[in-house]
Amino acid sequence: MPERMTEGLSEAMPEAVEPTREGTAGTQAAVRIQDLAFRWQARAPVVLIIDDLTIARGERVFIEGPSGSGKSTLLGLLAGVAVPQQGDLVVLGQPLQRLGGVQRDHFRADHIGYIFQMFNLIPYLSVVENVTLPCRFSRLRRERALARSGTLEQEALRLLGHLDLADPALVGRAVTTLSVGQQQRVAAARALMGSPEVLIADEPTSALDADRREAFIRLLFDECRAAGSTLIFVSHDASLEGLFDRTLRLAGLNRALDGAGAGEGE
Amino acid sequence: MPILSLAWKSLLNRRGTALLTLIAIALSVTLLIGVERLRNEARASFANTISGTDLIVGARSGAVQLLLYSVFRIGNPTNNLSWDSYQDIAAHPRVAWTVPLSLGDSHRGYRVLGTTPAYFEHYRYAGDRHLALAAGTRFSDLYDAVLGAEVAEALGYGLGTSIVIAHGAADVSFARHQDKPFQVVGILARTGTPVDRTVHVSLEAIEAIHAGWEGGAPVPGLSLSAEQARALDLTPEAITAVLVGLKSRIATFQVQRFVNDYRAEPLTAILPGVALSELWGLIGIAENALLVVSGFVVVVGLFGMLTAILTSLNERRREMAVLRSVGARPGHVFALIMGEAGFLTLLGAALGIALLYGLLLGAQPLIETRLGLFIAVGAPSGHELALLAAVILAGFLVGSIPGWRAYRLSLADGLSLRL
Repeated sequence: MPERMTEGLSEAMPEAVEPTREGTAGTQAAVRIQDLAFRWQARAPVVLIIDDLTIARGERVFIEGPSGSGKSTLLGLLAGVAVPQQGDLVVLGQPLQRLGGVQRDHFRADHIGYIFQMFNLIPYLSVVENVTLPCRFSRLRRERALARSGTLEQEALRLLGHLDLADPALVGRAVTTLSVGQQQRVAAARALMGSPEVLIADEPTSALDADRREAFIRLLFDECRAAGSTLIFVSHDASLEGLFDRTLRLAGLNRALDGAGAGEGE
Repeated sequence: MPILSLAWKSLLNRRGTALLTLIAIALSVTLLIGVERLRNEARASFANTISGTDLIVGARSGAVQLLLYSVFRIGNPTNNLSWDSYQDIAAHPRVAWTVPLSLGDSHRGYRVLGTTPAYFEHYRYAGDRHLALAAGTRFSDLYDAVLGAEVAEALGYGLGTSIVIAHGAADVSFARHQDKPFQVVGILARTGTPVDRTVHVSLEAIEAIHAGWEGGAPVPGLSLSAEQARALDLTPEAITAVLVGLKSRIATFQVQRFVNDYRAEPLTAILPGVALSELWGLIGIAENALLVVSGFVVVVGLFGMLTAILTSLNERRREMAVLRSVGARPGHVFALIMGEAGFLTLLGAALGIALLYGLLLGAQPLIETRLGLFIAVGAPSGHELALLAAVILAGFLVGSIPGWRAYRLSLADGLSLRL
């Protein structure tokens, strides 16, 4: 199911900022959330309630929220590792709550690039192997990468080059010997590998020096624009929000914080 | 499949711990299969101790006891068998040949067997192998002795050595037949059977050295010189046991009944093969215990692997979250951990077998000379392969424990990086 849907998407990729012509209201949005409520366990308190949220395709959204505001929970839902007990969570036209666990894992592999705050890389894989890792789990992204550069390795090197990591000596090094900034850029290259439609970055700059943050974000923007990807960027560092199209404040968005039990989202 | 290449790379990354685990598994596999191999060879060698003999006849006793003293030279007979009875048995129409055995004396702890040249004709072992002389000839003179291979080697005897036989079976004996020394005329080739530990002399020689003895001690004044003894009638009055060969195996039970129902004195005839397996059933308990112990060693080796993988899981939760973020299913995480356990088990088993064959090739000559046990270095037997398969299966089962735990963890953690 999701595969067929994506083929239509990838054709529209370069101009993804504009609504796709044949798309319905549902498929125009990268993310559409309605009346969503989520709790980790049946008896646990509700940690996330979002009445209405839409993120357009190609949009670069900054989600700002202090710890405990439900950021991790929201990202987990968007990535499909958890499902809401109530409401609709539609990503790229696909209601995630209707998919089983394995289908959601497939969906994530095919359509979502994810960057963690730190420790993004698998220590026993080389830089290039880390970047091509998503292609081991997604045929779609593998085919897209091959269509673009011929081989997976070339596509990885191309992305790394765009992220200022073209130096062959650097690429050949063990990932554990890279600086934090270099590791984060390798992680960004991996998230962009095979041009997923949605890029989720969970405080990717918090381990970087202040002067490096902006440079990293600009590189990310360039690549997202080139791939036509939607960027969902989470941080508690409000100084970055000026760079983005739009800022969402989770503190106002998540109605679960209005009542008691706030702070259990992390 | 791509997940297996991840598992392999992950193992290489932790090659220090992985190697230790691998060695533990390999050594336990070497021990297990080695014990199984030795056990089978020992059993085969045991069953090969005597062959070609249809019946063993002795004084009335249990089958195992008769086998022990007549073939293994262990323990003492309850009673003797009169020469007349022996003649009757030898004259039975179904009997093709007989070999009389007379035991009771020893030389420096090695049993002395009085017998006839027919012994060299008819004693067979390991299927159809005859006794062969490594040097010299069979005994022909009254005071000639033929040594088993181990006797000659351990005592450093060669052809022409003069030996004195002691009365009784003990290592140290006060009653010696020192007036009638024997000369070594032949040394047998190694057989891996109790023959190697036996001094063979003629039946008449046993009579000659006991001439003038009464009740286990020389009677003063009656002793004869070695030369005087030659003049006596040296036909024995009694012997210890008889090896019997039949004209046809079909007659086995008929002759056995003839012996067991013999009126003149109580006798027992046993089938060596049956008695051997009965005896092995007794000592086989120890051999089974050995296999069980080495089985436990394998379990310990696999638990080492379990510990190593389980301890690594917590520090690998980050890695699991990263894998999940690029689209790995919890099933992939299970396969990753399981794959590592599988690689360790398979490699451990292969290394263990390689080690075993290396050891066997190296130690084969030593085992043969020291234990008289010839170990064939052939392909693994079906039973050994079954044991190996059991080890590998157990390895996978053990691997599924951390695999399942990683599966649960990756489901629970999702994309959160637990540090």
